[in-house]
Amino acid sequence: MTEIVSLEALAARMAPGQSLAIPVTGVAMAATAALIETGITGLKLICVPTSSLQADFLIGAKAVAAIETSAVSLGEAGSAPRFTAAVREGAFALTDSTCPAILAGLLAAQKGVPFMPIAGIIGSDLLKVRPDWKVIDSPVGEQRPVVVVPAIAPDVALFHAPEADRAGNVKIGRHRELAGMAYAAKHTLVTVERIVDHNLMETEDSAAAVLPSLYVDAVALAPRGAWPLSLWDEYETDTAEIARYAAMARSDEGFRAYLSAFLTRRREVA
Amino acid sequence: MLPLREQRELLITTIADLLDGVRHVAVGASSPIPAAGAMLLRARNEACGKAAVRISILGSAQHNFFTNGTIEIFDCAAQGRIDAFFLGGGQIDGSGNINLVGTGGYPQSQVRWPGSFGSAYLYHLVPRVILFRTEHSPRVLVPKVDFVSAAATTPEVPRRGGPHALLTNMALFAFDRGRARFGLRSVHPGFSATDVSDNTGFDYDTPDIVPATPAPDTATLDLLRGRILDELAETYPAFANSMAEAA
Repeated sequence: MTEIVSLEALAARMAPGQSLAIPVTGVAMAATAALIETGITGLKLICVPTSSLQADFLIGAKAVAAIETSAVSLGEAGSAPRFTAAVREGAFALTDSTCPAILAGLLAAQKGVPFMPIAGIIGSDLLKVRPDWKVIDSPVGEQRPVVVVPAIAPDVALFHAPEADRAGNVKIGRHRELAGMAYAAKHTLVTVERIVDHNLMETEDSAAAVLPSLYVDAVALAPRGAWPLSLWDEYETDTAEIARYAAMARSDEGFRAYLSAFLTRRREVA
Repeated sequence: MLPLREQRELLITTIADLLDGVRHVAVGASSPIPAAGAMLLRARNEACGKAAVRISILGSAQHNFFTNGTIEIFDCAAQGRIDAFFLGGGQIDGSGNINLVGTGGYPQSQVRWPGSFGSAYLYHLVPRVILFRTEHSPRVLVPKVDFVSAAATTPEVPRRGGPHALLTNMALFAFDRGRARFGLRSVHPGFSATDVSDNTGFDYDTPDIVPATPAPDTATLDLLRGRILDELAETYPAFANSMAEAA
C-alpha cells in the first residue's frame, strides 16, 4: 500500500549509494532540498532523459557519485555551473547518453528484458565511451546493424505531480515518462501539490491520466514543490530565480550561500 | 553588418525557405529563431493555399500535440513522421559531424557543454536536419570535432536522416551527403565570401559567383512583424519583446 508521509520521511527513504531517476517535467525540488538536508551521499543520478536545476543542486551539494544523462543545462539561463565544474574536476563517474537511449533502457526494465534495440546512434562517439552499449546484427527481420542498450532499473524514481488521492493514485496528465520511470524503478516516491479526497480512478477520463498506486511507495505533500521550476497547469518557471541561481552558483561559495538560503526557506514554508 | 533585428529576420526567412515542402517540423527547446522560421513557413503556406504545416515545439503547451510523454517525439521520428529538425553544436566539422559534449579531454572535459541530447538518434532519422549556429568562427566550424555526438553520414547503415544545410550569422551552406562536404550557397548582406573563408575552420566548396542571401520581401516582413511575433510570444516572450522593441 502507498503510504502518505511527511516530506522528511519521504526523503529519509533514500539511502546513500542508491540510483535515483529524475525527470525533466514534474521535478521534485522541495524533496530534493529535503534529501540534501539528510546529508545523503553517493547517489547515482539517472536523468530521464536530461536534468537542469535538480541535478546541479545535488552535484553542488556533493551528494552525487555518478550520473547518467543526455544533458544537464539550465536552458535559457545557460550552462549548469556545478555540473560543468564537477565534470572538469572529475568529481563523479560520468556516463553520457542520448535521450531516447535512456528511455529505451527504462523500457527494457519495464518489460523485464535485459536490453532494448534502438535506432540511430551508429557513428557517434557515445558508442566509444559506452562499452555497455553494443552494435549487433539484427537477429530477425531486415539485416542491418542495430544498437542495443542495457535495461535501466533505478533503485528509486522521484517526481512531483499536481495531485494524489488518499489511496496513492497520482495524476500525471500526459507526462507518460513519469509512469515509465515508475514502472522501471524498484521504488517510487512522489510529492504533490495537494491530496484530494475523491478517487482519481473513478472515471475513465481521470484514470487515463493517473499512475496507479500499485507503482507508488510513498506520497508527501509539498505545495509549490517544483519551484523554481514549473509544474504543468499549476505554475510557470520562475525565470528570475533560475537566473539568480545561475549567477550565484558560478562559484562553490556562491552555490553554498544559495543552497543554504534555499534550505532555510523550505524549512520556513514547511 | 545588418542591425540585430534585420539579421534575425534574415535568418528566420532563410529557415522558412529551407523548410519549404515539409509537413511536420519539430523544434527543440530554447530555439526562438528556428521556431519563428517554422511559423513563417506555416503562415506563408496558409496564405498561398499550400499544405498545412504542423509544428512541434518542445517546451510549449500550445505547440505540443503529443500525449505519450517524452518518448513520443523520438518514436514519431522513427516512424518517419517528422520531416525537419534543428541541431546546433559547440563544434560542427567539415564532414557535418556535431559535438554537443565538450572539448579538452573526455570525460574530464575542460570545456563542457550540456550533452548530446537526442542528436545521436535524430540525426539518423529526420530527413532534413538544419544545422543552426549563429556564431561563425574557426572555434565552432572546425576541421574535425573533438567528440562526435552525432555523425552526419554512416555508409555502413541505411538512414533517411542527416544534415540538409548549415546556417550561421554570416552564411548559408548546403550539405552534400554523398561527399560529406559543405558547399557555400550564399553570404548574408554585410559579409563577403572572404569573410566566410577567414572565419571557417573547415574546407568547403565555393561557387564561382557567390550570391547574397535574399532579404525578406515586404509581405514576409509584414508577417514577421505581426502574426509571427504574436505566435512566438507564447513560448519565447523575451525574444518576441526584444524584436518588437527593436522596431
